[in-house]
Amino acid sequence: MSHIADRIISDPGLEAGVANLTSEKIEEVVNRVLKGETGAKLKAYHETCMRCGLCSQACHFFLSNNNDPSYSPVSKATDTVYELMEKKGRGIYPYRIYQMAQVAFTECNLCKRCAHYCPVGIDTAYIISIMRRICYLLDVVPLYIRDTAHSHASTLNQMWVKDDEWTDSLQWQEDEARDEFPNLRIPLAKEGADVYYSVIAPEPKFRTQLIYQAAAIMEVAGIDYTMPAHPGWDNSDMCMFIGDFENMGRLKKAHFESAQNLRVKRIVMGECGHALRSVHDMGNRWLGFRDTPIPVVHAVEFYWELLTQGKIKIPKKFQEPVTIQDPCNISRGMGLMDKLREVTHMLCENVVEMTPNRERNYCCCAGGGIINCGPPFKSVRIQGNSVKADQLAATGVQNIVCPCHNCHGGLEDIISHYDLGMHAKFLGDFIYELMEKPEAQ
Amino acid sequence: MHELYNFVSGPLAWIAWAIFILGSAYRLVSMYSLAKKKDGSSLAYMSWPYGLRSVMRWLIPFGTMGWKSDPLMTISTFAFHICFIAVAVFLSAHAVVWNTAFGINLWSIPTQIGDIISFVVIAACSVFALRRLLLPHVRSVTRPKDWLALGLVTMPFLTGVMAYHQMGPSLLMTTLHILSGEMLLALLPFTRLSHALFVLFTRAYMGSEFGGVRHAEDW
Repeated sequence: MSHIADRIISDPGLEAGVANLTSEKIEEVVNRVLKGETGAKLKAYHETCMRCGLCSQACHFFLSNNNDPSYSPVSKATDTVYELMEKKGRGIYPYRIYQMAQVAFTECNLCKRCAHYCPVGIDTAYIISIMRRICYLLDVVPLYIRDTAHSHASTLNQMWVKDDEWTDSLQWQEDEARDEFPNLRIPLAKEGADVYYSVIAPEPKFRTQLIYQAAAIMEVAGIDYTMPAHPGWDNSDMCMFIGDFENMGRLKKAHFESAQNLRVKRIVMGECGHALRSVHDMGNRWLGFRDTPIPVVHAVEFYWELLTQGKIKIPKKFQEPVTIQDPCNISRGMGLMDKLREVTHMLCENVVEMTPNRERNYCCCAGGGIINCGPPFKSVRIQGNSVKADQLAATGVQNIVCPCHNCHGGLEDIISHYDLGMHAKFLGDFIYELMEKPEAQ
Repeated sequence: MHELYNFVSGPLAWIAWAIFILGSAYRLVSMYSLAKKKDGSSLAYMSWPYGLRSVMRWLIPFGTMGWKSDPLMTISTFAFHICFIAVAVFLSAHAVVWNTAFGINLWSIPTQIGDIISFVVIAACSVFALRRLLLPHVRSVTRPKDWLALGLVTMPFLTGVMAYHQMGPSLLMTTLHILSGEMLLALLPFTRLSHALFVLFTRAYMGSEFGGVRHAEDW
């Protein structure tokens, strides 16, 4: 069995953060978080975890790393937060925080699959997120995701997209799309629309074709929608994943208010997983909302509506066999596995399920911020998910329905490394390709 | 020896029960008040239907991913808990104690059945111990507290079986049996065994979050 010390990866963010630490500072921050921000939940988990080890087989990291005990959920909790609790933050030398940070930020996707395995009901993802919170307050965060969080804080979007670059990207895609749909518009900051369509920042930055496709779908379906013209348009949230809860709250407040200012009936979000978690589970909670102040609907539900209401017609389904990836934050995280399947069956003739599936599916290993920790940790993600490669290969298909940006990136990396010859596609890709386009040229 | 036995089965028993009851009450109340102070959103999401659903599902052997993943552990866990409670509460010898000490009349299981299931408990505890020693993913997270918890629940059964089968001096064994039972009672609220008090809540909370917020199953 190994220890995190055996596999330390050099990261400038972690190194710079640790260089500024002292044991006193660590003790102060640890106790401030444990006493100030945690309560009965963490205390109960620490005390009633019977160290039975059932959680180990839940975790793709454990299974993919030859059942190495140091990757099991209980081990990750024990080597990070439990150790800090038991020592009351005292006598922790700075380099130990580096080790704990690497475990918390890059060896757990916060996917909560271990919830299906723990008899007591321990939420390991919550425990790891507390470690991330402590690391954030100590400023020990991997460089890439730290920079992303700074982007969120400075521009209210994940990708340093400037205010005019946002509207430029939308107008550029509108222009492109009008070659195919002469009457297409992307209404900017229109008041009183039914739908406010929101995306994650990577879309205007390097996946602009998805905006084109979404605009085409809205046009064909005849949806009364708008997109915002000002910051607050990005529904994504990497701050949530580094424990920067204050900015998580700021981001969601900006997003909700951006929609409320336009007096829309509801927000429809693009195919992203973690943004849904930020909206319905974490960001809203920080702001004190039990659910959301304005209805928010995920693309999967929206497409389900469009297809079942006949607003989008599919003359001929996709013929080649496909399988379905259940993004953690959409299936296990928001219960959309049924609608995802209904939509897929409306689009594709031949669907082969992977095993396990639905809310028990394995994580792609890219989510929870890990892919956002950048190149230094790519090998951790790929090595940490050979079970996903096996799962995919066992389906025998070449196409994967993949309604999440992080899963898309994560699966493509796994496919390429394990040479699976498969291809991940968004639902929007399928719909745009297959839908009937009455006014198209 | 007789004085020790009288002390252990008399005043010490009352002390042990008092610590158990008052200690458990204290733990439950203080945990709840900590939750009210610090886990407000978690309390807000607690849901009777989803909480109960999760508790019920996890009470079914092999009814969850966790139980399916480790059959030996599942069988041992269910056997241990069911037989532990059956013997501790309903053994005929104990029914006599409830009657003489507290005036409670309970149905009881025949002594021979009680004997057999006591061995089942000891077998299950052996499985727990062997797992801790031999399985890397269990051994690596085992700490002294875990051995303490296991010891506390095993000792009453070992000494009880020995006393019943008259292995060793009878009065001594019985005294040790009562003493180990008292230690279990008194220390339960303050060790890992406190999961007896809290597990319904942690389970119900997970069920509430998964069912009510995430619209998914947590088994």
